Amino acid sequence: MAEKTTTEAPAAAPTEKPPVPQAALPKNGAEKPKTDTQTYPVGIAGVKIEEEERKVPATEAPPLPINEKLAVIGKPTPRVDGRAKVTGAAKYSADINLPGMLFAKLITSTVPHAIIKSIDTSAAEKHPAFRAIHMLDRDRSAAQTEEEKKDNWPRVRYVGQPLGAVCAPTQAHADDIARLVKITYEQKPFVVDPDKAKEPNAPIIFQGNAEQAGTAGGGGGPKDVKQNGNVRGPVAKGEADKAEIAFNSADVTVELDFRTQVQTHCALETHGLVADWKPDMLTVWASTQGTSSVRDELAAVFNLKKSQVRVITEYMGGGFGAKFGAGNYGVLATHLSKKANAPVRLMLDRREEHLCVGNRPSSIQKLKIGAKKDGTLVAMRLQSYGTAGVGTGAGASGPTQNLYTCPAIYTEDSDVFTNAGPSSAFRAPGHPQGAFSLEQGIDSLAEKLKMDPLALRDKIDDSEARREERRIGAERIGWKDRKPAGSDAGPIKRGIGVAQAIWYRIMNRDSHCDVRITQDGSVEFLSGVQDIGTGIRTALAQIVAETLGLKPTDITVKIGDTNYPQGPNSGGSVTTNSISPVARNAAWAAREQFLGQVAPALGVSADELEMADGRVFPKNNPNQSLTFKQAAKKMKVEQVAARGDRSDDYESKKGPRGKGAGGLGGVQFCQVAVDTSTGHIKVEKVVAVHDCGRPINPMGVKSQVNGGVIQGISYALFENRILDRNTGVMVNTNLEQYKIAGSREMPEIDAQLIEQYWGKSSTDAAGIGEPATVATAACVANAVYNAIGVRITQIPMTPAVVLEALASKQKASA
Amino acid sequence: MSTSSSNRGISRRGFLKGAGVTAAGAAIGESAVVAFAEESAPKGPKIVGPKPLSVSLKVNGAEKSAAIEPRTTLAEALRVNLDMTGTKIVCDRGACSACTVWIDGTPVNSCMTLAIDAQGKDIRTIEGLAMGDTLHPVQEQFIEHDAMQCGFCTPGMIMSCAALLEHNKNPSLDDVKTATSGNLCRCGTYPKVFDATLAAAKMMKA
Repeated sequence: MAEKTTTEAPAAAPTEKPPVPQAALPKNGAEKPKTDTQTYPVGIAGVKIEEEERKVPATEAPPLPINEKLAVIGKPTPRVDGRAKVTGAAKYSADINLPGMLFAKLITSTVPHAIIKSIDTSAAEKHPAFRAIHMLDRDRSAAQTEEEKKDNWPRVRYVGQPLGAVCAPTQAHADDIARLVKITYEQKPFVVDPDKAKEPNAPIIFQGNAEQAGTAGGGGGPKDVKQNGNVRGPVAKGEADKAEIAFNSADVTVELDFRTQVQTHCALETHGLVADWKPDMLTVWASTQGTSSVRDELAAVFNLKKSQVRVITEYMGGGFGAKFGAGNYGVLATHLSKKANAPVRLMLDRREEHLCVGNRPSSIQKLKIGAKKDGTLVAMRLQSYGTAGVGTGAGASGPTQNLYTCPAIYTEDSDVFTNAGPSSAFRAPGHPQGAFSLEQGIDSLAEKLKMDPLALRDKIDDSEARREERRIGAERIGWKDRKPAGSDAGPIKRGIGVAQAIWYRIMNRDSHCDVRITQDGSVEFLSGVQDIGTGIRTALAQIVAETLGLKPTDITVKIGDTNYPQGPNSGGSVTTNSISPVARNAAWAAREQFLGQVAPALGVSADELEMADGRVFPKNNPNQSLTFKQAAKKMKVEQVAARGDRSDDYESKKGPRGKGAGGLGGVQFCQVAVDTSTGHIKVEKVVAVHDCGRPINPMGVKSQVNGGVIQGISYALFENRILDRNTGVMVNTNLEQYKIAGSREMPEIDAQLIEQYWGKSSTDAAGIGEPATVATAACVANAVYNAIGVRITQIPMTPAVVLEALASKQKASA
Repeated sequence: MSTSSSNRGISRRGFLKGAGVTAAGAAIGESAVVAFAEESAPKGPKIVGPKPLSVSLKVNGAEKSAAIEPRTTLAEALRVNLDMTGTKIVCDRGACSACTVWIDGTPVNSCMTLAIDAQGKDIRTIEGLAMGDTLHPVQEQFIEHDAMQCGFCTPGMIMSCAALLEHNKNPSLDDVKTATSGNLCRCGTYPKVFDATLAAAKMMKA
């Protein structure tokens, strides 16, 4: 402290005022050009790495070499918050207990389609534990027509729709009181089956055009789409005529119909939050994938400045696309907190979680593929209908549009409104559905062409990442020993299948952070970005540690709080791609300031200093070193701090498809055993080979790949939202009835990663959440075909579905 | 105050004490319902509640008391009244085992156990598994193997796996799958949970 002086401080660290975050400053006062030309590794490690030049902003941290040459990045690293999670110390939103906190319960609709005639809250208000009630004026999660915006109450369009909420000092009392609210409905005809809802005389769910707002993670269909009855669409891509003409030149065509079910997210921590309304500040602990998305919505609804809303998500119990914005529940909890003058916790129960906060839409797809004898694709056409309930965005054409090289692709996506809860983004929206059809279509085409399915993909897929992934996966699953379809003798038949994934390298430039180094040697990373279980907290610690020559555990990562610099929402696998370069740039800028501060003590210029293995030393004299802590003590100021921002992706010579530069890949293989006497499918082994640019923490990435595979198996075999067509009621709203994969269904999973470098950012890292689940259901279906010689084109592939398929094959061959 | 004899017949699910065992958590048989009817009907059990009563619970070796309604589950009492939030509630009906705690050494679903039924018993929660700063081998190996993602199933998962190793020093992969067959995880951590538990078993033998 005695060394602190105002006279000798370099320009980089003003001491008159407390240090404020700032962009990287010119080193030693020298003017730098606005852009630098830097050389980056490009290619796939172990296959081919070339050096390519990029023009990059001068504020960017210098290029990193490939992982093999790094100390921390790319090394399997246990989670920095692992201890908090295994000891129960980690506090999730559902765990927040504030003094005087009240508990809230939703009031939900009991009928599938109605106009509310009256709401009687008198009995509820007489309950001794009653504290406050708030009724919604509309359903914030569903689509809405212009006309109904004038209504006092929401239009009821499905069973379980949130209408309001009450609060009380205990959860049990809140539950009691919610049941006392009497709602009188004028019921209207309803329809929950999308096939029926498409018919011309079906009950109409939205009189007039309906729009659903999207979220950062997707969800919500395109705007201004024509609507006819309950059918919204089609949204067409490509030229229908061109595709039709191209089909005429095909030597072989395949045409198949597919159906996929509605899947619910089932995050273990339900949607919900704790809202603490104070006259000058609203503080919210939310289970969210986007702290700033919650802040923005609450600020808008309650007419507050964004600076008056603080959203905290320190730990988050699972998010797969549905947790963005404040939602009905968040707006209700905030109203209740304001009315009751006390903090209010509103966490949904498991039934509500199944009903009103999102799901993956169903699909009914018709696919046609035309190819030349050598496998070259000439045309593809996909027509897809799906129901997003009272939401929009059931499209499934992504994979058909983007996975393979084909000169004529035409797709049509339509939503079918039904009296069911609205969909939302769900891990790779539209893609598991779309891959389920496309990848079975390609498998079927390969058979017609008498080509190996991998050889066909080598021909039509120009992604270098997937080419390498096919090679690795084929070897690990034992592809060369794969037998012809249905050739096993005996009742239990085994098969091997393959399917491919595509997702996109999306990033959000509104991604910022601060990195601070303090005299006691502590290093902090601060950003609003949230860790939803992916392990971004650990990846960020690794990046800062690598840049400062420290260990990940030396870095205190403070995230999930809108008091910190704006972070990206976590949806669409954008988080790593968005925030990791920011961390690298900020850590580098902080490093430059830090070295500027400590260089005089070592009698050299900052340029001559290196940081590695927890030490600071002159490059040409490593023996003359200080530990990081010793060096920090030499700082003339208490703290240096730097702001990191996301620059645009660096210019790259590659087109949108070449080298997979526009997308993320992934190839999955699996082996199944099908018991043809019971129809039971057991997935025995999965080999999942994936790419996510530069993997920061391969351990965490493989955990996410496992998770994508397991959710995919669960989707393929078990999960199904079942609605009673006579009442509109979902009959399986808890986890003993809505079956998700458990320990007994676990196959052996062999997750493999390739390192692919593009030279696109200062870390060149991308996400893995979405691609990991895109191919799985298709992969299982292709393996089932290889096992039994019958193609199953609907999921879930329950024993009944399998037996029916086997019986229809017998009938056909009889 | 309330004694264990006052539990008979008034507990919402007291008859399911046995069925609360993790692996069998969801197996609610009809026979149990019959047992309830027979037990409760003629005897005229002592009525408690609905007003809160003082309940004392021995949690991780320490006596704690709280004023709770008799309908309060052990999971709710731990989380809200005692602010021990390591135990999670996910399904609140014995389907997912996120709320697993040990009662007298046996893993049970605390959402299926009334707090008043847990009086006089030795309750161990995730907060009481480590010995001071020294983690239980299962906790340690969960970190080493990255057997967690969001972490919400993790406390229940660890309580199931640690209970297995109390009874079985040399478990097979199949034993671990059985021990966790009631524990649901949505992030997909099972393969690493298996690896971590088998590694912990080795560590405990060494």
